[in-house]
Amino acid sequence: MEESRIGVFICHCGRNIAGTVDIKKVVEEVKKLPGVVYVKDYIYMCSDPGQKLITEAIKREKLNGVVVAACTPSLHYETFARAVEAGGLNRFRYEMATIREHSSWVHFHDKEGATEKAIRIIAGAVAKVSQNKPLEPIRGKVTKKVLVIGGGIAGMTAALDLANAGIPVILVEKSPTIGGKMAMLAETFPTLDCAQCILTPKMAEVARHPNIKLYTLSEVIDIEGFVGNYRVRILKHPRMVDPDKCTVCSFCERVCPVKVPNEFDRGLSMRKAIYIPFPQAVPSAYAIDTEHCTKCGLCVKVCPVKAINLDEKEEIIEEEVGAIIVATGYDLYPGERLKEYGYGKYKNVIDSLQFERLLSTSGPTGGQIVRLSDGKPVKDIVFIQCAGSRDENHLPYCSKICCMYTAKHALLFKEQVPDGNVYIFYIDIRAAGKGYEEFIKRVQEEFHVNYIRGRVSKIYEDEDGKLVVIGTDTLTGEELTIKADLVVLALGMIPTLDRDLAAKLKVPQDEYGFAQEVHPKLRPVEVATTGVFVAGAVQGPKDISETVTQASAAASKALQMLLYGEITREPVIAEVDRDRCNGCRICVSICPYDAISMVDGKAKVNELVCEGCGACEAACPVDAIKLRNYTDQQLHTVIKAVLSR
Amino acid sequence: MSNELYRKIVEISGRNPYLCYQCGTCTAVCPVSVFMDVKPHQIIRYIQLKRIDLEKLKSIWTCLACMACVDRCPRHVDPGIIFEAVRNLVLRRGEDAVDYFKLKDLDKVPTMALIALSRKMTG
Repeated sequence: MEESRIGVFICHCGRNIAGTVDIKKVVEEVKKLPGVVYVKDYIYMCSDPGQKLITEAIKREKLNGVVVAACTPSLHYETFARAVEAGGLNRFRYEMATIREHSSWVHFHDKEGATEKAIRIIAGAVAKVSQNKPLEPIRGKVTKKVLVIGGGIAGMTAALDLANAGIPVILVEKSPTIGGKMAMLAETFPTLDCAQCILTPKMAEVARHPNIKLYTLSEVIDIEGFVGNYRVRILKHPRMVDPDKCTVCSFCERVCPVKVPNEFDRGLSMRKAIYIPFPQAVPSAYAIDTEHCTKCGLCVKVCPVKAINLDEKEEIIEEEVGAIIVATGYDLYPGERLKEYGYGKYKNVIDSLQFERLLSTSGPTGGQIVRLSDGKPVKDIVFIQCAGSRDENHLPYCSKICCMYTAKHALLFKEQVPDGNVYIFYIDIRAAGKGYEEFIKRVQEEFHVNYIRGRVSKIYEDEDGKLVVIGTDTLTGEELTIKADLVVLALGMIPTLDRDLAAKLKVPQDEYGFAQEVHPKLRPVEVATTGVFVAGAVQGPKDISETVTQASAAASKALQMLLYGEITREPVIAEVDRDRCNGCRICVSICPYDAISMVDGKAKVNELVCEGCGACEAACPVDAIKLRNYTDQQLHTVIKAVLSR
Repeated sequence: MSNELYRKIVEISGRNPYLCYQCGTCTAVCPVSVFMDVKPHQIIRYIQLKRIDLEKLKSIWTCLACMACVDRCPRHVDPGIIFEAVRNLVLRRGEDAVDYFKLKDLDKVPTMALIALSRKMTG
């Protein structure tokens, strides 16, 4: 191996590092390290002039290794890697030494100690880089097709963006129609455009788009393969009605004897076992609820176009795709768990989506707000925000949209019942968004809504059928008793990402079950598994506009990968020494990415799947697996270099 | 209220008053908050500000220690537990145990004071 000529570049990070770490001393000490031929410090190494220092020094000093002592690789690895490459050096001959997060920030009270620690961290990085091998990225082919899971506004937007770019899309939806939760809404904040009016044209576009293949009543049951090359199996449940023949004449629905609660109205109305969730459903056809259908055959007899086939069986479809977008959406927190509010016990205590159905002109009451117990008009209404949210006993997080939709609910109620009384219990009003604060102001200004800063302790029904709401106004410190006709709980949002599906997609989930993105700010739609993207409320509570933004972002990320035509992967992955491997298969069982398979009795790493986590290297009993540039020998040298001062 | 007193309240109760976001659930669920001069959520606020004379505070003797607020507190600030700590601090003044025979005018003492005096462990 040629002689090491390592350059070390030490960043002040303004005062972030230089304020605690004695840079002068570090420079002096680092100069003495074996292999180091050049040391330079600079106030902001990540700035253009700072990067230039690196690029030029590589050429001028003929450096064959670079260490940048600064912040963390997650922040600026790529920045400096590009500077290194601009200097004509392989990026794997460069390492970062984290002297900000690991030293100056955490030891700001101990300057001497922090300086010493910074020197040691740099010594370790120097020792490592001197043994790093130059590597080239791994390349692989890509199937130009995308699977989108979930046909709500997120999935539809992503599918349309991709399809319009000429990419074939497979859109899988669990229910009989696309549209998702948005189809249930009445009007949308802050502009009050009707949800159906802006949604249904998009649904129709999805239906007729030549690049979109739509599977409703379907679920993804299996995913194999890796980035760019996924093989998915889709289970298509029988619809029993041929959507191409069905004319939505509704004869079948009229004769069907089975009645079940309508989930689209959240149980506020009944539907038949043969049903269409709402008139604008896509595909525009009836579907049979196989769970409740008694197969009496009445519908088959009346269907004028012979579209019904009660013997239809479920089907398994296989598709090959290059990327996957997960947009499985959200659900409401189960209101029954908030016992004190009497949800599920009193008919007039409802959730926010049920209220949306009451407001909707296509809803169970044709848009009339009535008491569900007796159908009488509603005069006094109470809204309870943070029902389940921001509560350690339920959902510790803020569900983000409830402040806004409750304000909208209040407005729509007052428009219908101008002499009605609205009471909104809130903890804080969170109206961060374009036009959101103005909307809240409008509700208070024009409609004189009583915002009560406080919480409700309990709700019970009196003998007149009115709900008695007892709470506190924390601003006056007084106890409040309000008699209400209707109580609406702004229930929190919970993700609907099935654990099984998440495991198959290898999408990590946070403690609440939301999909975990790679970086909350800089990589918000990517997950740890390359080639899988997330969009919408499955990643965290968000409103429609944010969901659409994120869906377009996910589509563009998938597009980026697909249009490039090939995928490149980090080459820092595991390597098997076939002579040493004894075929014990421990690595196969331990690999979290299913990247290792047995070929001719020996382990083989799929270079495009391996994420370089190193689990196999640690587990291999015969030392046959090495993580490139992280070999035992290298790490021992690093440890020695750190400890030997 | 001194920093030392604050530290003791936190130590005895094991709760962090700074987690309170003033939702008022404690006051809403409290069966006797209407009889209190300073409401439970306000007491927590004053403790955050360290601006309260606990010796003069009547509310903590009105408290029934029913712990409804503890059950419902969305941030585990648990006013009931904190009040118990305050009662102990006011009554015991560093004494580990109370000699019942030295107590005077027993019939005039608030029930809560007697209970708090007798409690050895809290929380």
